[in-house]
Amino acid sequence: MPLYHTEDQAMLAETVTGFIADEGAIKAQLRRLRDADDAAGYDPKLWKQFAEMGLTGICVAETDGGLGLGHVEAGIVLREVGRNLTPSPFLSTAVIGATALAHASDDLKGRYLPGIVAGDSVLALALDEGAKHRPERIAVKAERAGNGFRLTGRKDFVVYGATADALIVAARTSGSDRDADGVTLFAVPRDAAGIGHNAVRLVDSSIASHVTFDGVEIDGGTVIGEVDGGRALLNTVLNAGRIGAAAELTGVGSGAFAITTAYLKVRKQFGKLIGEFQALQHRAAHLYAELEIADAAVIKAQQLLDGGSAQADLMVSVAKAKATMATNLAVREGVQMHGGVGMTDEYDIGLYMKRDRALAEFLGDASYHADRVATLSGY
Amino acid sequence: MTDLDTFRAEIRAWLEANCPAEMRKPVQDEDDVCWGGRNFVFKSAAQKQWLDVCVAKGYTVPDWPQAYGGAGMNPAQAKIWREELARIGGRPPLSSFGIWMLGPALLKFGTEDQKVHYLGQIARGEIRWCQGYSEPGSGSDLVSLQTFGEDRGDHWVVNGQKIWTSYANKADWIFCLVRTDKANKYQGISFLLFDMTTPGVSTRPIKLISGNSPFCETFFDNVVVPKAQIVGELNRGWDVAKYLLGHEREMISGAGGGERLNAIGAVVNRQGGIDNPVLRADLALFDIDALAFAAMGEKFLDEAKVGKAHPAQPNMMKYSGTELNKRRHELLMAAGGSTALEWDSAETRGGAPSRGWLRTKANSIEGGTSEVMLNVVAKRILDLPGA
Repeated sequence: MPLYHTEDQAMLAETVTGFIADEGAIKAQLRRLRDADDAAGYDPKLWKQFAEMGLTGICVAETDGGLGLGHVEAGIVLREVGRNLTPSPFLSTAVIGATALAHASDDLKGRYLPGIVAGDSVLALALDEGAKHRPERIAVKAERAGNGFRLTGRKDFVVYGATADALIVAARTSGSDRDADGVTLFAVPRDAAGIGHNAVRLVDSSIASHVTFDGVEIDGGTVIGEVDGGRALLNTVLNAGRIGAAAELTGVGSGAFAITTAYLKVRKQFGKLIGEFQALQHRAAHLYAELEIADAAVIKAQQLLDGGSAQADLMVSVAKAKATMATNLAVREGVQMHGGVGMTDEYDIGLYMKRDRALAEFLGDASYHADRVATLSGY
Repeated sequence: MTDLDTFRAEIRAWLEANCPAEMRKPVQDEDDVCWGGRNFVFKSAAQKQWLDVCVAKGYTVPDWPQAYGGAGMNPAQAKIWREELARIGGRPPLSSFGIWMLGPALLKFGTEDQKVHYLGQIARGEIRWCQGYSEPGSGSDLVSLQTFGEDRGDHWVVNGQKIWTSYANKADWIFCLVRTDKANKYQGISFLLFDMTTPGVSTRPIKLISGNSPFCETFFDNVVVPKAQIVGELNRGWDVAKYLLGHEREMISGAGGGERLNAIGAVVNRQGGIDNPVLRADLALFDIDALAFAAMGEKFLDEAKVGKAHPAQPNMMKYSGTELNKRRHELLMAAGGSTALEWDSAETRGGAPSRGWLRTKANSIEGGTSEVMLNVVAKRILDLPGA
């Protein structure tokens, strides 16, 4: 399969690009929500519009009322979300949540998928424990209790956790923290007794929760996949989330790059446009190359995932790491090339830098994925 | 099965039946590469056999038209050919500047007679070509070249000197930039083809820091070139040259495949183990860049075949690919330790690691320096002012 969008995908991209540039623009969404200190961290009306466009159901099977498309299509949406810094539960809900639920019982699907497709529901992934992404260690416990489970422990960096209708929780049902086996995924409803949310605003103005489970009783029907055998499913969910985050990062990078090169063409010093200086031209050209390469890594990983390739795990980590590094360079160079105004809240480049930082951390930073590339490569 | 699945099955079966086992081993050194040409000495019977069976099917240039010696494959089919050849670790049956550089230029600018004649020779590996571009005073500023062709009616008489002519001492013919109008800088250059055995042509190999001499100085002393041997219009050779440079940069970038796109961490680990966490991290970060660039190479070729790639994109590819390759060899030297320093030992196959490392230093100079590549990207892709 060639590494560019099919005609259908290109049509989707055209539609989505215009839609998100109009409705999801920085001023209309990110700045408005931030300046109003909005507690949800996203605009439910925009989420409903996503649904009207069919976007919320991209990763939901057609038999479940969705579009039954893949990671390439989800990435098209995420790239534009990234480019416009649009606060959106698309990644946590329509990609991560929908991927997990694809492996759930009909009952669970029936409980959540219609709400996702309709743009009424939001899901959140409760995975990390501690400040760094280390899914190899899962300590939050789910002990058998009656015909269900009792959850105890704490999850961190649960993006949109406080507003989600359900949390996708990875918990330990047997063994010890570092065991590969003994992990189970649950769809924990928001109203389950004993869940505590400490919602915090992050540097990029998004909202994430520290979630505590204080003996939360859930019935056996909340299990997604197999009890104790959730590691492979978790990997599938992580692949979806990571390549989604990578796609969003490339959007952040391309947005930052676009405003930076535009600035190089208008800002004058020493009687010249600063874009005339070779010192800046070479750095901009290098940055262009890095962003192009990151794009290629991302679409390659998306296609491998959609094709069910055994190479997908490795390429997803390559793509997340490369997108993280390239976009990080884009925002750092962007801020520097903006000079003093790059320090101001008025200019958008700083917003790009903040979003990059949060997305870089989400589901594993560059060093996490470099370590994973080495491990998957056998060294 | 789709048509492409059927095609893939046919290619796979053909390769299984026809690619000799010896031609499925990694290329170890220069001798393993089949360059073709009048004076080429095959290293083995298998090397010749592999060339012969591929020539018969047009597989040396799978995406060229059948009329010019190719197999007439469309882009999707040609990609399958590359993938299936790579799957069995098969070597390219024929490597040549004719295939990579002159061929594409002839396909675009050549007359029908030139295409049939020269492309056929290239496809069959009969003529080995070299490239006469750089001159002692014209490196990055190539358009200042001085080699002059004086109009003598039905022929030109060429005088001057080229430098960094790759394998000029082994080449049969040269494609050469020659000034045919001294008054016009850009529109005063013509793109000429001539036989290296023409009286007045001489070459002198240049010994490099690697100890090898892949490049030559090439001298022209009253060389007679018939008028029919021009590609494109008189004084419009710069257009041909630029087009060809795009293909040269694409080739040097390594986008087409081969070892330049491979990750190295696993190889280093197999050879001597990795017991230093900092080296492991360096290798992992390199592997990320290498695998990402491999995807970039695939994407670039896919897009280029259907006209989706930016016309200046080969400059980006060349910049990134060559800088990556230099980094690869720095890491391989570091991982290899003192063994990699050996200059001519049998164990290192004659100092392959160190000579290979030194060779890569030319990557970011030949075919346009990294700095020139960045200039071109800034100007033509980013549209930065004054660039």
